[in-house]
Amino acid sequence: MSALKRSMTEPGITFRTIIGLEVHVQLRTKTKLFCGCLLEFAALPNSLTCPVCLGLPGALPVMNREAVRLAIRLGKALNCTIADFAKWDRKSYYYPDLPKNYQISQYDKPLCQEGWLDVPGEDGVGRVGIQRAHLEEDAGKNIHDTPGCTLVDLNRTGTPLLEIVTRPDLTSADQAYAFCTELQKLATYLSVSEGSMQKGQMRFEPNVNLAIVRDGIEYRTPISEIKNLNSFKAVRAAIEYETRRQLQDWMADNSYLFGERPHENRGWNDGRQVTELQRSKEQAHDYRYFPDPDLVSVEVGRNAALQGELNRPIDELPVARCLRFQAEYGLSANDAETILAERATADLFERAVEAGAPPKVAAKQFVNVWSKLANEYRRSIAELGIEAKRIGALAKMVEQNTVSASAAKTVAAAMLDSTDGPDFLAEQLGLIQVVDEEELAKWVDAAIAANEKAVQTILTNPKKAKASEGFLRGQVMKISSGKADPGRAGELIAKRVAGLKDQED
Amino acid sequence: MTEDCASFFSRKRLEDRLVDTPIDESQVRHVAQLARLKLSDDEIRQHTVDLVAILGYVEQLSELNTDGIAETTHPLPLCNVLRDDEPQPSLTPDQALANAPQKRDTFFGVPKVLNQEGG
Repeated sequence: MSALKRSMTEPGITFRTIIGLEVHVQLRTKTKLFCGCLLEFAALPNSLTCPVCLGLPGALPVMNREAVRLAIRLGKALNCTIADFAKWDRKSYYYPDLPKNYQISQYDKPLCQEGWLDVPGEDGVGRVGIQRAHLEEDAGKNIHDTPGCTLVDLNRTGTPLLEIVTRPDLTSADQAYAFCTELQKLATYLSVSEGSMQKGQMRFEPNVNLAIVRDGIEYRTPISEIKNLNSFKAVRAAIEYETRRQLQDWMADNSYLFGERPHENRGWNDGRQVTELQRSKEQAHDYRYFPDPDLVSVEVGRNAALQGELNRPIDELPVARCLRFQAEYGLSANDAETILAERATADLFERAVEAGAPPKVAAKQFVNVWSKLANEYRRSIAELGIEAKRIGALAKMVEQNTVSASAAKTVAAAMLDSTDGPDFLAEQLGLIQVVDEEELAKWVDAAIAANEKAVQTILTNPKKAKASEGFLRGQVMKISSGKADPGRAGELIAKRVAGLKDQED
Repeated sequence: MTEDCASFFSRKRLEDRLVDTPIDESQVRHVAQLARLKLSDDEIRQHTVDLVAILGYVEQLSELNTDGIAETTHPLPLCNVLRDDEPQPSLTPDQALANAPQKRDTFFGVPKVLNQEGG
């Protein structure tokens, strides 16, 4: 590793990384692309197959309309041209997970062509060109680690995928990472894909090479294709590794050049964090694409459902909505992004605001209160099933100091088990904030008396004074069972401690 | 086979066409390899002759003037044959595996794959 790093800083040499991506996105349909078998993750092996999946003689595929609609929707969001005429082709190769010995794909007439995706990065937004996006069926699954034979499960066979191919516009591992996360956001946001990495619903294949400049002359290294990555982290790590590896290989041998050396297929070894050359086939791939005689063309303009999808205005996309949340509601970028992580949650937030919730307070509650409850129940905030009106009402109570922010957490938890409003619940739980100065003074004095050490710290150690003040405020909240107004408690603590100081002086 | 067709396939005409044909034995070997067919040298020679004949026959189509005729990818006057996204019953694992030469639990078993890379 150290040798690799040193080589990165060789004087007189500059380089840039050239990256293109192929991304497979599983479309969110109930059934497969060409038959009615259910799509279900981790089902009993070979329990979701039929003559079409198994490639039995005489079986005929029929296109799933929903898969085509979802592909149109994502294609539009990627600013692609949706083809008037798309067709299906057979890509032939032999592998045990492919029982027909061909994959149904789209070769020269893909459904979506020439678009782009804007990707936020450190130097602003970068535009990444999309060359094409086409529909195809997934293959089955081979399991190699059993002794004696390879096991084949054909449940996944025929899963609808959209393969998105970018232009080689990406220039860094970080940008590729951002592209992949942005694409996942977009696909899940538009309900085009569940986008689950755990279930392998997004798979990535970066193509990487370098343009190295030495003494004013540019050299290009051979392109390597890193196969089948299934996490964002692996995409970044694999590209970073490839960048170092290619630079080092070129330094060691200046004839390691595009055109002189073959295109390499490499696999990512996650344990060792390196890419490994895969044994190249004796013969170059020769897929012998030809039109599938079992399937007719897709002509969007001649089908009402498909044309309807094409005409539907594009929904406000996450990037635009995030900016609007910041501008319109004054949210921080982080809070806006957290709320926008799931569309139903973002919709719920906006309905709460419409119902009268102060946006900033509501946003804080989404991030600090509701998301924690949602995590506990392993759901999204929207799936907690709390009505926007009640969510809005709780935010309003915090804004008006009727309950403290910490008491609001208890009220929120109570709202899950009840259909009552937060005001009623706070009353019942005794969490309505007390404005009575006398009572507040009692709590503050009790906290100060019980925590002499913290008081001493405030008096003697200015560096830690803030933390100790915060600690005392927490104690007041605890003693008052959350009924104290933390802001006013803080003021009173400062006053009392200052008083003690005067006494000592 | 029509009269024309028969004369087209006559040995003499085939041999004439072999001279300037793009198909040679190395290509037949390549295609056989892609199709996982094990062919003897004799078979390779025979298939080369046959393929040349077939391609030559089809080549007659190029005599037609197709200017201004739209590309056809399918002979049927149909498009958008689509189905609803509604589940249909699948086969049981037993049915699916009924003809499998080898199985383990409900998996198909196949000879060990060494090159762990698909298409």
